[in-house]
Amino acid sequence: MTGTRSEPRFDSYYGRPIINPPVWEALDIAGYFFLGGLAGASSVLGAGAQATGRPALARTAKAGALGAIGVSFVALVHDLGRPARFVNMLRVFKPSSPMNLGTWLLSAYAPAAGVAAASAVFGRVPRAGAAATASAAVLGPAVATYTAVLLADTAVPAWHDGHRELPYLFAASAAAAAAGLGLIGAPTAQAAPARRLAALATGAELVAVELLKHRVEEVAETYEEDRAGRLMRAAQVLGIAGAGGALTAGRHHRVAAAASGVALLAASAATRFGVFAAGMRSAEDPRYTVGPQRRRREARA
Amino acid sequence: MSGPESSADGLGLTSHDPARAAGHEDPPPRVGFFTDTSICIGCKACEVACKEWNSVPEDGLDLTGMSFDNTQTLGADSWRHVAFIEQRKPMRFVDALAPPGAGAGGDPDVADGRVRADGDFRWLMASDVCKHCTHAACLDVCPTGALFRTEFGTVVVQEDVCNGCGYCVPACPYGVIDKREGDGRVFKCTLCYDRLGDGLEPACAKACPTQSIQFGELDELRERAAARVEVLHEAGVTDARLYGEDPADGVGGDGAFFLLLDEPEVYGLPPDPVVTTRDLPRMWRHAGLAAVGLVAGVASVCLLGERARP
Amino acid sequence: MAPDPSRWPVLRQLRGKDSRGLGAAVTSPRTESLTPRTATADRVAKSICPYCAVGCGQRVYVKDERVIQIEGDPDSPASRGRLCPKGSATLQLTTGSARETQVLYRRPHAAEWEPLDLETAMDMVADRVIVARRDTWEWQHEGKDVRRTLGIASLGGATLDNEENYLIKKLWTALGVIQVENQARLCHSSTVAGLGTSFGRGGATTFPRDLQHADCIVIQGSNMAEAHPVAFQWVMEAKARGVPIVHVDPRFSRTSALADEYVALRAGSDIAFLGAIINHVLSNDLYFEEYVRAYTNASTILREDFRDTEDLDGVFSGLDRDAAAYDYESWQYAGSGVRAASGDMEQGYAASLRDAARETAHGESMGAGGAPVGDGGDPPRDETMRHPRCVLQVLKRHYARYTPELVQEVCGVPPEQLSRVCDLLTANSGRERTSAFVYAVGWTQHTVGTQYIRAASILQLLLGNIGRPGGGIMAMRGHASIQGSSDIPTLFNLLPGYLPMPHAHEDQDRMGLVAADAAERGYWADMGSYLTSLLKAWWGDAATEENDFCFGWLPRITGSHATYDTVMAQLDGICKGYLLMGENPAVGSANTGLQRRGMANLDWLVVRDFSLIESATWWKDGPEIETGEMVTEEIATEVFFFPAATHTEKDGTFTNTERMVQWHEQAVEPVGDCRSDLWFMFHLGRRIRQKLAASTDEMDRPVLELTWDYPTHGPLQEPSADAILREINGHDPAGNPLSESTQLRDDGSTACGCWIYCGVYADGVNQAARRKPHTQQDWIGGEWAWAWPANRRILYNRASADPAGRPWSERKKLLWWDAETGRWAGPDVPDFPADKAPDYEPPEGARGAAGIGGADPFIMQADGRGWLYAPAGLADGPLPTHYEPQDSPVRNPLYAQNRNPVRKTYARRGNRYHPAGDEPGADVYPYVVTTYRLTEHFTAGGMSRWTPYLAELQPAFFCEVSPALAAERGLEHHGWATLVTARGAVEARVLVTDRMTPLRVQGRTLHQIGLPYHWGPNGYTTGDAMNELSSISLDPSAQIEEVKALTADIRPGRRPRGPALPELVAEYRRRAGIDEMTGVAP
Repeated sequence: MTGTRSEPRFDSYYGRPIINPPVWEALDIAGYFFLGGLAGASSVLGAGAQATGRPALARTAKAGALGAIGVSFVALVHDLGRPARFVNMLRVFKPSSPMNLGTWLLSAYAPAAGVAAASAVFGRVPRAGAAATASAAVLGPAVATYTAVLLADTAVPAWHDGHRELPYLFAASAAAAAAGLGLIGAPTAQAAPARRLAALATGAELVAVELLKHRVEEVAETYEEDRAGRLMRAAQVLGIAGAGGALTAGRHHRVAAAASGVALLAASAATRFGVFAAGMRSAEDPRYTVGPQRRRREARA
Repeated sequence: MSGPESSADGLGLTSHDPARAAGHEDPPPRVGFFTDTSICIGCKACEVACKEWNSVPEDGLDLTGMSFDNTQTLGADSWRHVAFIEQRKPMRFVDALAPPGAGAGGDPDVADGRVRADGDFRWLMASDVCKHCTHAACLDVCPTGALFRTEFGTVVVQEDVCNGCGYCVPACPYGVIDKREGDGRVFKCTLCYDRLGDGLEPACAKACPTQSIQFGELDELRERAAARVEVLHEAGVTDARLYGEDPADGVGGDGAFFLLLDEPEVYGLPPDPVVTTRDLPRMWRHAGLAAVGLVAGVASVCLLGERARP
Repeated sequence: MAPDPSRWPVLRQLRGKDSRGLGAAVTSPRTESLTPRTATADRVAKSICPYCAVGCGQRVYVKDERVIQIEGDPDSPASRGRLCPKGSATLQLTTGSARETQVLYRRPHAAEWEPLDLETAMDMVADRVIVARRDTWEWQHEGKDVRRTLGIASLGGATLDNEENYLIKKLWTALGVIQVENQARLCHSSTVAGLGTSFGRGGATTFPRDLQHADCIVIQGSNMAEAHPVAFQWVMEAKARGVPIVHVDPRFSRTSALADEYVALRAGSDIAFLGAIINHVLSNDLYFEEYVRAYTNASTILREDFRDTEDLDGVFSGLDRDAAAYDYESWQYAGSGVRAASGDMEQGYAASLRDAARETAHGESMGAGGAPVGDGGDPPRDETMRHPRCVLQVLKRHYARYTPELVQEVCGVPPEQLSRVCDLLTANSGRERTSAFVYAVGWTQHTVGTQYIRAASILQLLLGNIGRPGGGIMAMRGHASIQGSSDIPTLFNLLPGYLPMPHAHEDQDRMGLVAADAAERGYWADMGSYLTSLLKAWWGDAATEENDFCFGWLPRITGSHATYDTVMAQLDGICKGYLLMGENPAVGSANTGLQRRGMANLDWLVVRDFSLIESATWWKDGPEIETGEMVTEEIATEVFFFPAATHTEKDGTFTNTERMVQWHEQAVEPVGDCRSDLWFMFHLGRRIRQKLAASTDEMDRPVLELTWDYPTHGPLQEPSADAILREINGHDPAGNPLSESTQLRDDGSTACGCWIYCGVYADGVNQAARRKPHTQQDWIGGEWAWAWPANRRILYNRASADPAGRPWSERKKLLWWDAETGRWAGPDVPDFPADKAPDYEPPEGARGAAGIGGADPFIMQADGRGWLYAPAGLADGPLPTHYEPQDSPVRNPLYAQNRNPVRKTYARRGNRYHPAGDEPGADVYPYVVTTYRLTEHFTAGGMSRWTPYLAELQPAFFCEVSPALAAERGLEHHGWATLVTARGAVEARVLVTDRMTPLRVQGRTLHQIGLPYHWGPNGYTTGDAMNELSSISLDPSAQIEEVKALTADIRPGRRPRGPALPELVAEYRRRAGIDEMTGVAP
């Protein structure tokens, strides 16, 4: 427009972001969060299924865990600026770096998941398989939740300000995904735990999201608007549909169960991509950095 | 909201001697920058001297229309960035009608009687740089040890180690460190680590024509800065305030701090930055509970199911 | 390298103190072996920054014969190790990929360059010089001996070394080439005239380091923080003490941002503003009376027939309107024929012929020296300063009408703001306090530029601020050695040391010229010694008493042959060969279109520079090619491009803005065909002398007899700059270096290439190479390098003491008379005979230094006094008077005389002027345009637009407009605008900013537009050149162009391409009714 001056808005410097938005690719990183969660939760479900005599469900969960963790490894490496240097992640052991701890965690978890899956699928080395299943089940929950810490441990308002709720959201989302996979892979006779898990997880996720949005105040917009908003709403709808479907038609009809499973997997993915998108948005608009910090400062003064 | 009071966290974030905390035995005194924006002439010598010394690539001809700022922001290819802010605000008061005597600038020879300077306009200039935080998020989250704390208390990227995971980028509360296009690794101000090792001052501070950028031992710089603020307040520059000098702030104080003439966000600086890792223990606690919850949940759905069977 | 497992950081975390892996445990071998590249350098050369004239010290680090780093030299008292962005980019400038390293040749009519072998190219240029010279030789001009050629011209020198300028002037003069010019003409020629006539020397009266002692600093006509950032540190030192800084400028710049008081005034109205302060000082008796009475010519009584602008409605007595020139006779002191301090000696010559000075003055000559006083001894004085015809009273009447109300009318400055500046200045001047003025080309580049500087000189004399610490007038110069290229001039009207170039007169011999021009008193009385020693330096044994020391071999000038006259000579086909030595007139000179047309009319053109600047490529991609006004194939000009060596590739001296001569060492050999200008001039001369060796033609004798046997060294046969500096310093009959100019004789026993530099090689030591750190000296730093004259830093410092020799005040003491030792004492070198007592009365008829009294601080002036009133030396009047710029939207409210009546205009196609003020058509160009430098760029861009680190900081040509003007003309911030004048049209990106303030002038709103002048079509960052808009209209005393105040129209959008562009410009001219008569009347 005519006569615009090069005068900055006084709540920011020419409206430029204050923090640098993440340089991560959504597909790589959000995708990794989804698959990592799926793997971690599946290992637990797999162990539970085995312990309660549901071999098909167990097989599905273990195989799924291995597949998911395999793909997520690829995604992780692919997102590096210098992939050849991935091994540098193990140069140090760094408690202050969730990504570093996560890498150590994965390098312990992945082999366990592998042996557990192999043993389950080919029915060989049952003793080793049992041990691997146990250790994967122990490490799995960490794999499913540490990614929430990885995100929260940044200056990105939508993530950091929600650091109390994100782990629960991620755990629930992971459980829902594992349930979904179970519904797809296991006969309805053995899928009862998956059906109940679907309902429990979806419920937990709905609660976690609400608590998170309440916590982050105006930053909640970033979870409700634009791409992030659409994804989060899709996650809700899909989750409720998946859980509902599983508890109703899914009880008896394999196809309905599978469809519900797909919905639950999609819901989990949508949640991770939604959270990722909200973070990007909150980083790109200085308002979300300045507003909360100003209030915090004034509260102190 | 977590205030700085909730600081101690088992990660050593209470330490204010970062070099020692990073395992350097009898380190030299911590050094840093005091950037006094009240005497910055916006010449950008700091930007050029930095690029010449560190061979930072030129990054394009882009007329921004942001006053005389065509650099726009700190980044992988701009380790110093001079901000330009045009404001409709009064200029300072000047001394006039001078009987030799009391001075505004502390010089007894300078006259006192004040007249209001004309013009309701001012042009702020400020050279921004990596803050070399006492508690540096980029350093904490780096998974490879590419980022490290030097014996001088500064924070430096080891280009031969960085694998470009990009974690440090969103971790920095100031938006300093960034990934270089086409290279994949991250870059930022090193406070001329190589020069410090040889007893030289950083290139930007050496070039600065008006010494708006002052390099030195951090403790001494903090004293100098406090004195400078007093002088300015006496001279009627009531807007003058320090930024990042307080060891009690959310990052334990900046190794590179500033004298500003307006609110931090006006210069593109966060008003109350906090090192994200300060909350890390709490995050782990919640993650742990969530993990337990996950196990409990799965166990219940498996076991309860058993009992539920007719 | 195989990683050592035991160095695995995880293990080091466990073993060492860094359990968290944040520091000691995680360092890599590379990190641990890190050393700064400066530490690995094989050697470090001491050098000087090649950009502006602050003369910052540089250290050049060399490894494996390559420059690996350039940074500030902390030892330098001038810069204290600091560098601006340009200086910080010197590494990229000198080692970057933008530099050409191959000689290029363009055949007549060719469309492209072709490579050419360096030796062949040198031979071809030598041949062309010989032919052009022979074809255009003039033995006589209008019946007077001139033995010269107008067929060849050389432009450039301010970016070169003193030694290079010396060889350029020496060789061309011996060849009879008189059109030798450099940037000094375009930047500060009016400084030399203005300061020279006022005080006796054409250089700044003080040095930037002394600004820290000021009690008030007024920066006007200078954007110091941007154009001279490192010198600005001294202003900031003062500001840190609470000293008020005032910035007076049409535009709010980075200098204004740091000022305490910013005064926005209309470009071209500074004399009215300064005149009002003078009026305030005089009418309220606020001047330093003792100082004024003792040290200025305030009490001197003028002739009865002098008429002031008050009496003649804007002109002085003696105006010949047809000739557009003044007869100075009536300006003289009563009863004596005073000769100009800085005025063309021609007045003196004339005086000796006609007891009256009549001639076009060009005020630079004798800019290093003072005012000859003719016969008649002391002019009458009235020590009460009440005599109606004494200077003080004339001054009072002259400035009486420069009231605050008038300032509002002319400058757009509100009265209350003017009074604040008056109060700041007067409250901070006098016995106890001193105020300083800083200016630059914002004052010099006007049709009354010389008088701008005169106005400040008058004010500072009245306030008693000259010759005292914290006072003075600081002229900020813009090229590394532009002071040097005035001292050792590549200027048509000067010989080294401001000796005047002789004009054509019937049988005028050496002493005839001296008799006519040299002062009876003051140091100019020994002009004969300076001139004879110069002739001996140039022609050695060939110069004898019998042949008048070859004085006759000097080519003669007839009127002005300044660079703009050379352009006319090119257009007229008189000048056929042109050499550009580090100057880019196709961007940097006024009216670049005319510059290019002139070059297109040449037989041959030689360009020496780092990169392919616009002046080298206009024939293939210049604006006229794009518009179709020129067709490459039709251009017959033969073009040679020679890549130049940088300052790091040659020895030599720069003279900076504080008259300090600083030696810079060669760090490395130049690459490829790159050569120093010293190499070029020396080997060109050598070749020409070889080719003419057999000639018996009298016209060739001066060049054949020329002393040209300089030792050379190195693989490239580089001539020794050291040997040339020794020649400049001068030697006695035994060949021993002289240590001061008082040792020079007029009997041919001494030789000296530049008398004011005599002493730079005192005791056989290169004083310019002295590098004693400022931390080991007093604040003056006199043992760092060497400053002319005689290493004095504050000129006229005798005035820092009262007539009795006591400091005016303890607070402002610098020099004082020590009765015990019978010498002047103090930290600075006395600018006065060291043992001359304050009570010394010159005996009747005493000459030279002996003729200067013990209380006369201005030792170069014939009457020993500072000139409030200049009885001679200036072409346009003895007192500064406000005249409107050549192009102005406002009528002069002071007098019927609108513009400077004797300004120089050129009514030519392509150089049309605008209707002014209330004339019909003036409203077609309603806005005032002012031009300026940016910190990030340098002059015409040759040293910055090709440098990526600088280009990215200011990546586009822009114009600055106020929000009000943007609204009025529909301009969009960040969009495009087209600016149009009668000369051309350019497009620029728009910056809408409150820094541009509309002014209320004569009851209407006046908008000003700011334009940086660095851009051109070539280089890394490109854009239109501001000078496409400017006209050639000159100050009559200095031939400097008016580019700081012009008028234009501005419209949104980009300019038309092709033929539509000249059509747009023509359409504007038609609307304004412009013809060849517009704006040229006196």
